[in-house]
Amino acid sequence: MATDRAPAVETRALRRVFKGARGGAAVVALDAVGLRIERGEVFGLLGPNGAGKTTCIKILNTLLYPTSGEARVAGHDVVREAAEVRRRIGLVSGGENSGYGILTVRECLWMFSQFYGVPAAEAGPRVDRLLEAVGLSDLSRTLINRLSTGQRQRMNFARGFVSDPEILFLDEPTLGMDVNAARRLRAFVLEWVREQPDRTVLLTTHYMAEADELCDRIAIIDLGRVLACDTPSALRRAVEGGQHVELEVLGAPEGLAEVDGLPVAWGAPHPERGTHTLKLRLADGGRLPLLLRALEARGITVRGVSTRETSLEDAFIAIVGRGLEEGEAPS
Amino acid sequence: MSGMGASPARTRNTGPRLFLQAMAARAYVRIMGSLREPTWIVSDAVFPNLGMCAFVLLYRALDAPRSYEALALVGGVLTTYWINVVWGMGAQLYWEKQSGQLQLYFAAPCSRMAILSGMAVGGLAATMLRSLVGVALAVWVFRIEVAPFSPWALAGVFVLTMVALYAMGMMLASLFLLYGREAWHTANALQEPVYFLSGLYFPIRSLGALGVVAAGVLPLTLGTDAIRQVLLGPAARGLLPLPLEALALAGFGVVFLWLASLSLAHLETLAKREGRLTQRWQ
Repeated sequence: MATDRAPAVETRALRRVFKGARGGAAVVALDAVGLRIERGEVFGLLGPNGAGKTTCIKILNTLLYPTSGEARVAGHDVVREAAEVRRRIGLVSGGENSGYGILTVRECLWMFSQFYGVPAAEAGPRVDRLLEAVGLSDLSRTLINRLSTGQRQRMNFARGFVSDPEILFLDEPTLGMDVNAARRLRAFVLEWVREQPDRTVLLTTHYMAEADELCDRIAIIDLGRVLACDTPSALRRAVEGGQHVELEVLGAPEGLAEVDGLPVAWGAPHPERGTHTLKLRLADGGRLPLLLRALEARGITVRGVSTRETSLEDAFIAIVGRGLEEGEAPS
Repeated sequence: MSGMGASPARTRNTGPRLFLQAMAARAYVRIMGSLREPTWIVSDAVFPNLGMCAFVLLYRALDAPRSYEALALVGGVLTTYWINVVWGMGAQLYWEKQSGQLQLYFAAPCSRMAILSGMAVGGLAATMLRSLVGVALAVWVFRIEVAPFSPWALAGVFVLTMVALYAMGMMLASLFLLYGREAWHTANALQEPVYFLSGLYFPIRSLGALGVVAAGVLPLTLGTDAIRQVLLGPAARGLLPLPLEALALAGFGVVFLWLASLSLAHLETLAKREGRLTQRWQ
């Protein structure tokens, strides 16, 4: 994947501190972030709300100065060579509101292509191809203010590609999108990035499955620091392995915390069946029959058993200490 | 990390071509907006001309010289441009920020001045259509008369006035963005004083020394007076000699363009340093 040219993105000791509101304490949004993203990679930044993902994207897009440290995009410094950086990048933020309601979908994409200096002869055909790719060809002459939210999101997504950037930043691009549209756009991203070896994507997402499906490598970030950076499979391997078991049980005493010496967590109840879910991890899958017998011996009836291997989400929780949806860690 | 190995950008237009391309694209939005929203004709073309109609009727009732009606016509036409400069140009970047679009402009490789110039050119073109409603009212409904004039002189003074006005609008765009609602409220509060000091419906010379001071800070005052002098000659009771006013208008244009460029650069630095402006809630 790597070429003899400069990496797509390289940061060293990147730090960004925001002044506290109304004289409050300063907020360290990024701290000592060092990343190297090679050409041709789809690289993911995963982290809970407030982890520093968007701050990092803004610095790399020349929208924000770092407080200290260094960041380069396509070999160009984001502070001193901002104009050179801008010629090479594209940015899509999920839920953004680009364009003017009074323009048609096609006109809006054309307008943004002009801000990037795309020659007239290339702009039209490229816009048409993108509209086809995101499934908006039939709506190309529709005014933006007549689009549904999902259609508008797809148009915003297409906007990011209209300048054919070398490095595309996708900040939560499928946020709130329906399943089919998100799947279509993920497939398009993969196709786009594989089409030319120097195209690179930096993706932030809340959806683990999306990161797992798209990313060659993932950096897990929390409270402004990169906690781990590797391929999804290496991240999974790095956490304690074994089998994750979910048991649907009847008659488990409230507060049950361990079975046969293994810690258990309570999952969702099933009030319609009067059962509960117990979750636990077995280092050795062969121990499952013994566990079931131990439960029976305690008068607990097992109605269902499901097992799965370590997921990216398990790895994330193990590394960060909480899930993506659980918000910021207490400071 | 060295800059070695930095990649060449994809083939795209740069420099003046990119500037013109971006400007034309942004102007296109304004023009299309005007053509596709005919209801704006009522608020932006008919309403601003009601003041002119009232003054024409008043001057007729008082048997004032016919040239006074032409004074009111010029004031009415320029009011449509002034409204566009303050509320269309000045408020535009603030609105872009509120809609979350400003960061897309800041991340694009084109000059921010190209975007602002596009807003100005598009706003000017769209408003020209609207101001023609005022001219049509004057010519066909009120049959207002003007003295024989040179169309070249009129075109020259009009262009200088528009450059000065819209350059001021470009500067206001940065100020509105910087000061947000405060600037908005101030502009609102100053609307009537500006109309008064611009002498939109009476000869500016009637204001005496105050008129000269107003002409020194408001391109609207100078432009109104200069256009009247071209259309009416001595009957316009001009404030300053026409060549001097034309020169001052050109000066206003240059100074406001420079200030617009300066304030926009300052604004961008501020945005990057403090993290403001690209977030709609900040």
